[in-house]
Amino acid sequence: MFKERETTSWCPGCGNFPLRKALKDSLNEMDLNYEDVVMFTGIGQAAKMPHFLKINGYNGLHGRAIPPAVGMRIANPNIEVIVESGDGCSYGEGGNHFVHNMRRNLDIVHLVHNNQIYGLTKGQASPTSGTDIKTEVQPEGVTAQPLNPLRIALSSGATFVARSFVGDREHLSKMIKKASNHRGYALIDVLQPCVSFNKINTYKWYSDRVARLENHDKTDIDSAFHEAGKWGDEIPIGVFYQKERDVFRDHFPWLDNQEVISERKIDPSDMDDLLRDFE
Amino acid sequence: MDYNILIGGEAGQGLKTTAYLLGKTIFKNGYHVFTTKDYMSRVRGGHNFIKIRFSDSEIKSPKDKLDLIIALNEETIDKHLIDLKDEGVLLADKELNDLENSVAVNAKEIAKEINSKGVNSVFIGALLKTIGFDLVEAEKVIGQYFADDNQKVEDNILLLKKGYKSCDNINRFELSGIEKNDNRLYIDGNQAIGLGAATAGVSFYTAYPMSPSTGILNYLAKNQKRLSIAVEQAEDEIGAINMALGAAYGGSRAMVGTSGGGFALMNEGLGMSGIGEIPLVIAEVQRPGPATGLPTRTSQGDLNFVINSSQGEFPLIVIAPKDQEDAFYQSFRAHNLADKYQVPVIVLSDQFLADSSSDIKKMNLDDLKINRNLYSNNRDKEENEYKRYKLTEDGISPRAYPGSLENDTILVDSHEHNEYGRVTEDEDLRNNMIKKRKAKINKFQKEDLNPAEYFGDEEIEYLVIGWGSSYGPILEAVKRLKDEGNKIGFLSFNDIWPLPKNKLKKWKKKNVEKIVIENNSTGQFSSLLGSELQLEIENKILKYTGRPFSGDEIYERLTNEVIKDV
Repeated sequence: MFKERETTSWCPGCGNFPLRKALKDSLNEMDLNYEDVVMFTGIGQAAKMPHFLKINGYNGLHGRAIPPAVGMRIANPNIEVIVESGDGCSYGEGGNHFVHNMRRNLDIVHLVHNNQIYGLTKGQASPTSGTDIKTEVQPEGVTAQPLNPLRIALSSGATFVARSFVGDREHLSKMIKKASNHRGYALIDVLQPCVSFNKINTYKWYSDRVARLENHDKTDIDSAFHEAGKWGDEIPIGVFYQKERDVFRDHFPWLDNQEVISERKIDPSDMDDLLRDFE
Repeated sequence: MDYNILIGGEAGQGLKTTAYLLGKTIFKNGYHVFTTKDYMSRVRGGHNFIKIRFSDSEIKSPKDKLDLIIALNEETIDKHLIDLKDEGVLLADKELNDLENSVAVNAKEIAKEINSKGVNSVFIGALLKTIGFDLVEAEKVIGQYFADDNQKVEDNILLLKKGYKSCDNINRFELSGIEKNDNRLYIDGNQAIGLGAATAGVSFYTAYPMSPSTGILNYLAKNQKRLSIAVEQAEDEIGAINMALGAAYGGSRAMVGTSGGGFALMNEGLGMSGIGEIPLVIAEVQRPGPATGLPTRTSQGDLNFVINSSQGEFPLIVIAPKDQEDAFYQSFRAHNLADKYQVPVIVLSDQFLADSSSDIKKMNLDDLKINRNLYSNNRDKEENEYKRYKLTEDGISPRAYPGSLENDTILVDSHEHNEYGRVTEDEDLRNNMIKKRKAKINKFQKEDLNPAEYFGDEEIEYLVIGWGSSYGPILEAVKRLKDEGNKIGFLSFNDIWPLPKNKLKKWKKKNVEKIVIENNSTGQFSSLLGSELQLEIENKILKYTGRPFSGDEIYERLTNEVIKDV
């Protein structure tokens, strides 16, 4: 059973709590063992998740939550891989890895805690902050346009593109389970408030706007792109797009798709053949 | 006998292939061969050249004076004729009147009828005739090189023969009858590092292409199917190092390769390897910086950068292989060290080592043992929960990987952490974790640090000190000076960090003039000896043109700058 650990370093009321609960419940409902799931995170309040949940964890560097998951996919094909980090880590510092691993169709669930602000560094603009919001660093307001993670995902080759909201835990759990069952890069952009630093995008702000996608054909990328562009009085949540294609490890067909590489017995004396190339 | 050939031309004229075919042919005829590449950072045009030196005794250095030049363009003649010995031979598309041994090879004309891309095979044929080789080995080498394309094999062998017939043997070269030695390999430094890694069981190699390290990536990518390993081109060097760390966390052996600029991007990841205690081997193939510098040339300028890399303090091992053979063994050893101590290990190479091909003694693979030091599942039953960072006396904690423990998890962390890997800011824990990581390097110094290697007599007046790949050229110069009666010795450092101090301590107090030779402008290794051993170095022989040292050059400079009064 996946269990929450007692202490956390999150602010009371933080959106991380309902996200953790949804994640824990989903993993338990899917009957996964905690020793067979590994979570890669970067840096930020969201990225501390593996310290607060009994799970295999790799709490790495800021912006670099995704790359170690690439190596893990090669090392062990049998393990469930979750990447979890905030919007700054995933879309800002780690933008290049975000784009290129969707191209690879790396077989992971990528949960982005998107609170549209930097929490741990105390309230600066994030890549998804709304234009004109004022912060200590942007006293005249944010001038850059917010990044649209779903549209980037759609155009970069992600094969499962979804958005959810921590205020609708039932929906979030459903999205997590769908993402986990998907073979390929599964992005869930999770809207969540930052109770300490984001006074605009509050629980109420999101609750008034989010609406579950209905009558949407998730196999139609054009329509997904259209829906992903909606951000205003109505913010759609749900699966925008889903498609099957070969995942990263499939492109190494000479690797046994069950083999845990570290269990290989390697003996240098079997490698004589390699020397022959240089004779 | 000791002969030196230069092949010069533009980028795009097939110099690399020509050098390989020729070098391999001479090697297959039983000679010792040392080939160096001098090329510009461009795809077409410019001036590139390759030097192939061969001898009946072992050679590990390039040479300056030339016995033969193949000029594929005019510029080669302009630039290198000055280095041709008086009785040296020039093979070019025209004859030079004022040169005794100038041979016109109508390679373009000859090739046109058969395969216009085979010009260089005509030259190879002409050269083999000029020197006095037969074509037996050359034909085999061509057959193997173009094995995928029969037409190319046929064309090139035909052109080889035409070139051979087109000129006469010049009775200038005396080939000693050498026995063919099946116990040797012809390999370059990048291939040797790749081969060492493959033999060590690396299952994941990732890199962003960067000269002069790309040869490692090429070698492993070419062989990934055969080895059942994964080689992935990363989106950037930051991605590369973090991918490799993930594979190592998963229990695999992983490796990355880059040069100085890419290594700069990898620095934070290096610290992650340090604090996370995730084994990782990095090949840093130096080129002259800063920034883009001289992208295809050589340098030993990253020493300070590498041993001081990443922020904070953590155990790090740096090894600079001395030659192609050593590059293989050090690359293999680096993986055992990384696993044993759960630390990052840097194999510090450079363009000179990477791009030079040499014949080396064939390795006896039966002597090599892989030691993973992975934690088995038979856990101490008294412990309730697995401790990835268990405090131990020697600093080494049990390393398990996800999925390997029943009912338990493995947490690694870039923050300071407690024994379970959970983030902490506790003062005592911080102290204990720092001490634990430090203890590992103490253990390494006791158990695995290789001392510097000494060549020479006990009683000397001059002690030459070098590190890494300049070993061959320095050794050649020192041997020559010693043979001439100078009391001179050579101390070569290959384990660089931590610095093996013992051998040098012995010389510290003695009245011996010490000379450090290195390929950088500030004498970085010399400064390191100052800070680590309080050793004042009287003489430094430095070079920073981006070109490698030759034995001749070191001999001249030692003679002129140090041993003046002899």
